[in-house]
Amino acid sequence: MYFVKRILFLIPLLLVISFLAFALVRAVPGGPFDRDRKPASPEIERNLRAKYHLDEPLWQQYLRYLGGILHGDFGPSLKYRDHSVSDVIGQGLPVSLTLGAAAFCFALGVGIPLGFFTAARRGRWQDYAGSLAALVVICVPGLVIGPILVMLFAIKLHWFPVALWGSPWHAILPTLTLGLYFSGRIARLMREGMLDTLQAEFITAARAKGLGEIAVLVKHAFPIAVLPVLSYSGPMLADLLTGSFIVENLFQIPGIGVFMVNSSLDRDYTMVVGLVLLYAALLLVLNLAVDFAYSALDPRVKYE
Amino acid sequence: MNSDAPSAGPFNQSLALRLGPNQRAWRRFRRNRLAMTSAVLLASLVTLFLLWPLFSRPGLAPHLPPGMTHAPNAVSDAQFQPPGAQYWFGTDVHGRDLLSRVCGGARLSLLVGLVGTAVSLVIGVLWGAIAGYCGGRWDAVMMRGVDVLYSMPSIIFVIVLITTLNALLEKWQSGPERLSDAAVQWLQFIALFGGLGAVSWLPMARIVRGQVLSLRHRAFVEAGRVLGAGHWRILRRHILPNVYGVIIVYLTMTVPSIILYESFLSWLGLGIQPPEASLGSLIASGSEQINSIRIYWWLIVFPGAMLAVTLLALNFVGDALRDAWDPRAED
Repeated sequence: MYFVKRILFLIPLLLVISFLAFALVRAVPGGPFDRDRKPASPEIERNLRAKYHLDEPLWQQYLRYLGGILHGDFGPSLKYRDHSVSDVIGQGLPVSLTLGAAAFCFALGVGIPLGFFTAARRGRWQDYAGSLAALVVICVPGLVIGPILVMLFAIKLHWFPVALWGSPWHAILPTLTLGLYFSGRIARLMREGMLDTLQAEFITAARAKGLGEIAVLVKHAFPIAVLPVLSYSGPMLADLLTGSFIVENLFQIPGIGVFMVNSSLDRDYTMVVGLVLLYAALLLVLNLAVDFAYSALDPRVKYE
Repeated sequence: MNSDAPSAGPFNQSLALRLGPNQRAWRRFRRNRLAMTSAVLLASLVTLFLLWPLFSRPGLAPHLPPGMTHAPNAVSDAQFQPPGAQYWFGTDVHGRDLLSRVCGGARLSLLVGLVGTAVSLVIGVLWGAIAGYCGGRWDAVMMRGVDVLYSMPSIIFVIVLITTLNALLEKWQSGPERLSDAAVQWLQFIALFGGLGAVSWLPMARIVRGQVLSLRHRAFVEAGRVLGAGHWRILRRHILPNVYGVIIVYLTMTVPSIILYESFLSWLGLGIQPPEASLGSLIASGSEQINSIRIYWWLIVFPGAMLAVTLLALNFVGDALRDAWDPRAED
């Protein structure tokens, strides 16, 4: 029942978000036709505005837009006028999804074992080395590590292609650039979760009944300790799947992360709103999924 | 206890030690060797960044090694010099000394981080405190607003804010009363600070609201109310002092994230405008020079390393502050 209510609540939330994005991009001075190859004459611009209904009052434009969405039409892109927003997103999204999913798996695959291991070795040199590595990775953002990886492994050593997208071979450097930061975040969350959980009374009870240390850590502590990682995974996955401007720009990858930035710089109104809606829907659904998984994993959590 | 001390806290513990929770936290922080080392490192880095422009002064320059005496924006014919005795960090495309540019860039990045954090602090604390204190319908409306903003990609907000402010600035400039170039540069800085602060206040608002909500019906707050204190006084004297610890801890995490965000914006060309440079714009101009013929690694590695060291020191200090303010910590 609780989750049905949450799902129904998504609809007004998405409406508010779409309207906010709709009004916000139109509030910026300048228009979508400013950056055309040559400045349009006033008549041409007036005709263009009329064609895309930009001369109507805001609420009328918004209602027209909503009506389009009901038919699955997110409008034409105002910058790439031969393409609809759905076309552009449909072409870029699979690429961003693949890259984001790879980075997500990398972040979890490295972060969770590292955090678990450092917590299990708390206070010894393995803990200090592992925790330092996790922190260093957080402090070296993608815009630093990406160019360094390219210079070292692509240009100097020729192990990987410099850029572009195609084979799995092309995906390795972008995945590292995108995923390293998040693997550090995950490792820290996992370590903290483990340390917190290991102080709980049910762990003392499990030890008291004579369980081995590995069984205590893996079977009893881990399912509770991984919950902070779980709640971080929702927003993280939404960020990763909608593409990263830095990585896509650096490696010339045709995803949608580049559009997220460029469309708002170009005042491509329909594209911005479409991308905002995509991101918001993804984030809200993932957060819902996280809460659902929470109640499944932690027997103490009950939603009213 | 002086009158500014928090009006409540872990009562039995502070009674035993005759110290407020903030003082006890500070004492724990000073005992943490790693934290104190990082704090000293951070302080010496900041001092270095601040003093660096002095080294190129004619009075001082002859007494120093030549690598230290380059002015940050001085153009020379020595393009793309690798690191060496003359240029410790090498030079860039215009023959400018990278070391002095990195110091200047770090200074700007830190400034942006601090001011942006201050903006997000003011908005976040006010929003969260008012929502938590009023409760009920106001709380619901204000926090749903936070939820909505949370669900939108922040980069779009930043771009909208910064481009709007810059467009307004351009409009002023075309009008009869022109501003001086320095004033324009300052206004652009302010637009950047505002934009960064305005998108990073959301977590702060949530945290403060949660804390205030749990405090507002405690006995000492009711006592203040019974004694006739106004809303503003109750918030300022009785509630907020109990939230300071959480706020400080959160602030130390906000500074590095705003520095990172600024470097991202500078990378997009929306941040610090040339000839001024932040660490982010230095890294951006370094990665523009990537090509398969010559590798100018120093243009990325040095600004990147400076960014990493600064962020590491900030993070260590932040971690230690969080441990020190942890209510479960023992002396």
